[in-house]
Amino acid sequence: MSKNSEYLIERENKQYEVIIGLEVHAQVTSESKLFSQSSTKFGAEPNTQVSLVDAAFPGMLPVINEFCIEQAIKTGIGLKAKINKKSVFDRKNYFYADLPQGYQISQYKYPIVGEGKVILDMPNGQKEIGIERLHLEQDAGKSIHDIDPNNTLVDLNRSGVALMEIVSKPDLRSPDEVNVYIKKLRSIMRYLGTCDGNMQEGSLRADVNVSVRLKGEIEFGTRCEIKNVNSIKFMQMAIISEANRQIDLLEEGKEIDQETRLFDTKRNETRSMRSKEDAHDYRYFPDPDLLPLEISQELIEKIKSDIPELPDEKKKRFIDKFNLSPYEATILVSDIETSNFFEEVIKNSDVKLATNWITGELFAVLNEKNLEISQSPVSAKNLSKLINLIKDGTISGKIAKTVFEQMINGDQDPLIIVKEKGLKQESDPKAIEELINKVIENNSDKVAEYKSGKDKLFGFFVGQAMKESKGKGNPQLINKILKEKLNG
Amino acid sequence: MSDITSQSLFELTSNIKEKKLSSEEITKAFINRAERSKKLNVYVTDNFEKAIDQSKKFDSNPNFDFKLPGIPIAVKDLFCTNGVRTTAGSKILNNFVPTYESTVTQNLWSQGAILLGKLNCDEFAMGSSNETSFFGNVQNPVGENLVPGGSSGGSSAAVAANLTPVTIGTDTGGSIRQPASFTGTVGLKPTYGSCSRYGIVAFASSLDQAGPMTKNVRDCSMLLEVISSFDQKDSTSIDYKRNYYSKELTKDIKGKKIGIPKEYRVDNMPDEIEQLWKNGISYAKDCGAEIIDISLPHTNYALPTYYIVAPAEASSNLARYDGVKYGFRSLGQNLIEMYEKTRSEGFGDEVKRRIMIGTYVLSSGYYDAYYLKAQKVRQLIKKDFDDAFSKVDAILTPSTPSSAFKIGEKTNDPVSMYLNDIFTVPINLAGLPGISIPAGKDKNNYPLGLQVIGKPFDEQNILNISYALEDKINFKNDISDWWLSE
Repeated sequence: MSKNSEYLIERENKQYEVIIGLEVHAQVTSESKLFSQSSTKFGAEPNTQVSLVDAAFPGMLPVINEFCIEQAIKTGIGLKAKINKKSVFDRKNYFYADLPQGYQISQYKYPIVGEGKVILDMPNGQKEIGIERLHLEQDAGKSIHDIDPNNTLVDLNRSGVALMEIVSKPDLRSPDEVNVYIKKLRSIMRYLGTCDGNMQEGSLRADVNVSVRLKGEIEFGTRCEIKNVNSIKFMQMAIISEANRQIDLLEEGKEIDQETRLFDTKRNETRSMRSKEDAHDYRYFPDPDLLPLEISQELIEKIKSDIPELPDEKKKRFIDKFNLSPYEATILVSDIETSNFFEEVIKNSDVKLATNWITGELFAVLNEKNLEISQSPVSAKNLSKLINLIKDGTISGKIAKTVFEQMINGDQDPLIIVKEKGLKQESDPKAIEELINKVIENNSDKVAEYKSGKDKLFGFFVGQAMKESKGKGNPQLINKILKEKLNG
Repeated sequence: MSDITSQSLFELTSNIKEKKLSSEEITKAFINRAERSKKLNVYVTDNFEKAIDQSKKFDSNPNFDFKLPGIPIAVKDLFCTNGVRTTAGSKILNNFVPTYESTVTQNLWSQGAILLGKLNCDEFAMGSSNETSFFGNVQNPVGENLVPGGSSGGSSAAVAANLTPVTIGTDTGGSIRQPASFTGTVGLKPTYGSCSRYGIVAFASSLDQAGPMTKNVRDCSMLLEVISSFDQKDSTSIDYKRNYYSKELTKDIKGKKIGIPKEYRVDNMPDEIEQLWKNGISYAKDCGAEIIDISLPHTNYALPTYYIVAPAEASSNLARYDGVKYGFRSLGQNLIEMYEKTRSEGFGDEVKRRIMIGTYVLSSGYYDAYYLKAQKVRQLIKKDFDDAFSKVDAILTPSTPSSAFKIGEKTNDPVSMYLNDIFTVPINLAGLPGISIPAGKDKNNYPLGLQVIGKPFDEQNILNISYALEDKINFKNDISDWWLSE
């Protein structure tokens, strides 16, 4: 990475580097919870998706949901990580009203997935971020403090939902890298179908570890953990605010306390939640209700054989096969829906035009209307028709934009629009010649100027001819015939 | 025909099948006796009215293919019973009525049995005398002011006093076998993983097992056959082919090799227990068994290991009783205060002691020295047994180091109370099956038991050995019905 792209925070001739590690909590895409058969559907009435196991009734026992195990293995493979054939579920003990068992079943010493990596496509090249581990754990319920003035209410719908905690190595160095890392992680999981990555619904949240050090230092500084940040924007704000807080302390000659902090989004600052001394003693120990989890090589192989093409591989294929630039390929593969849309469009149409139209006009519309590509107002089928109309010269690129504007109202067929509005491009050389003759006749003074050397006027003639054709004239043909006429 | 309530399960089922007795007659007989036996304090919650209804229902359309046709059975109050209060002997569950049924009790009802009621036990099964129950101590029918053992003390007393034909208890460190020994009855702790733990209020998950408590070995085999089953709702349940224990029961133990572990000769063991053991050995020889001296070198470490592992698991298992969702709640100004008050008032002293021990041994800085080390020792204890079982088919030991003691005698001395489990605890740590059968009496005429320990899943073998020994021993409990009221 080139020097000038480093993210450094300056203080009186000193430059500080920011060290970031993320613990991402990703909700496993699964119909039912990690240890019970209750539904995981988002947005249900409070306490309607709670089994006796989720509410920790006496004598209730957890039974592992094998699908969640397969999802974790799948994710591990997507992170190019080591799958541990033996892992252990532990109890993390603490009291809270929304933790019915009085402990969370998690994995502590022996996680299901070991070290792996994620490749980031940064503007100035690729960067590899190490994955420390991935483990499975139960989500807690939700405490609601703002409905009843005297009581806290508890909703256990989320209690027991399967989460994957994905712990990165402290390899991230800037808010931008964090942005790209989260998006890449989400992209991989969406390709795999193991997490929907929906941050609004809380399917993806992160604890952010931040420390700072003077540029050139080798030792890490003391880190603080910012708990439970639920959007990329807030993660970035929290990192900047926390790094500056730490640097200010260092500049004042003070020490940084290792502690857990919360990010106050309204005040854009982190504040202390608990110090290291107050840290919970979670008394982890293996859950005696569950046997150690043993995974066979057969299962790993079976899951491996079902792994779809992932963003990195797809990007390489797009570059090699379709001759896309790395930049275009990165954009098109960043989201599985986008890449599927792209591949659907190019089944029957030109790759170059499809790339431009998807990353240009279509993305602009989606952005403007705040839509996902899965909600695109123009289907892949109709977009490919439009591209074919451009490609075979039926309409010009300019007319195509007019047609596209109509298409977004209810995914209309471009063929019908072109027909109904009479937008078909004029490509008959005789007709073009006729209208060019008219332009030359009407602008004899300009013709004289052109002939005396004012080359720039060529554009003027093209414009006039286009206008004469009511925008429907084939631009290549107009160019060609104009040149013959004016230069001949 | 003898008095209904003194009949064995085998006799009762035969009489029902031969239509000599109706379920209603039997059920009413046990209820009548229970009404006159309140002094023993065996019941926490009775189910008498419903039981009579169900017995009538059975009689109106009897199914004699059932293994427990219309047989009324009271069970330890640690089994969750659908619609019937389940307290685990604790104030904190004083008002708890489950909406679900434990697998083991469901197995009883599925074979035609009828719930008589819920039997007293030590609070959360923590105790060896039934004195830690929120619902008061239980009297041992053997003698007044004598403990019935624990934690399944209500169960052992109820069987010995003819208040239920058979019952089921749970055994974490001896809670079936020790009370059986104290009351002159039979109690079997099956191999860990044989009987489902689903719906049983958990004490120490890696040790808890439900098992039959009966008047004799044959009844024990009949009941085990019903309750032992693979259950997908319990991840530690093991899917193996279970025997027809009652059908395959035999006194022929010729050539069986029975091990005698020298480490079970503990200091200060009463002579009468030593004598009991010798008698057992000679009876076994009489039956044609071969006696082999063996060593279980880590026996001495079993009790301290148990008192780390069990409280550790208990401290976590009991965290759910926090006043938030169900059970007893004491109001506080905030969440923490509510927790503190609920748990201080809701749990008794012994439970609190074990929660504190368990919390301590799992704490950071102590985990390795206690919990982790205990787990390692547990493996060594298990290996002792594995090694022994390469030479022998079963192991014979006393069940307890003493006979039943007086109520209140040991309540202020937890360690001496814990020592009661010294012969039973290693078997739970190793996950093995063990059975206690009445084998003699001490100078006060109080019963004493012998324990037969088997290989994993070899319940049939220890039942057979016990069946043979039972025949030779010919034990008779003389219980005077001293507690009966008019």
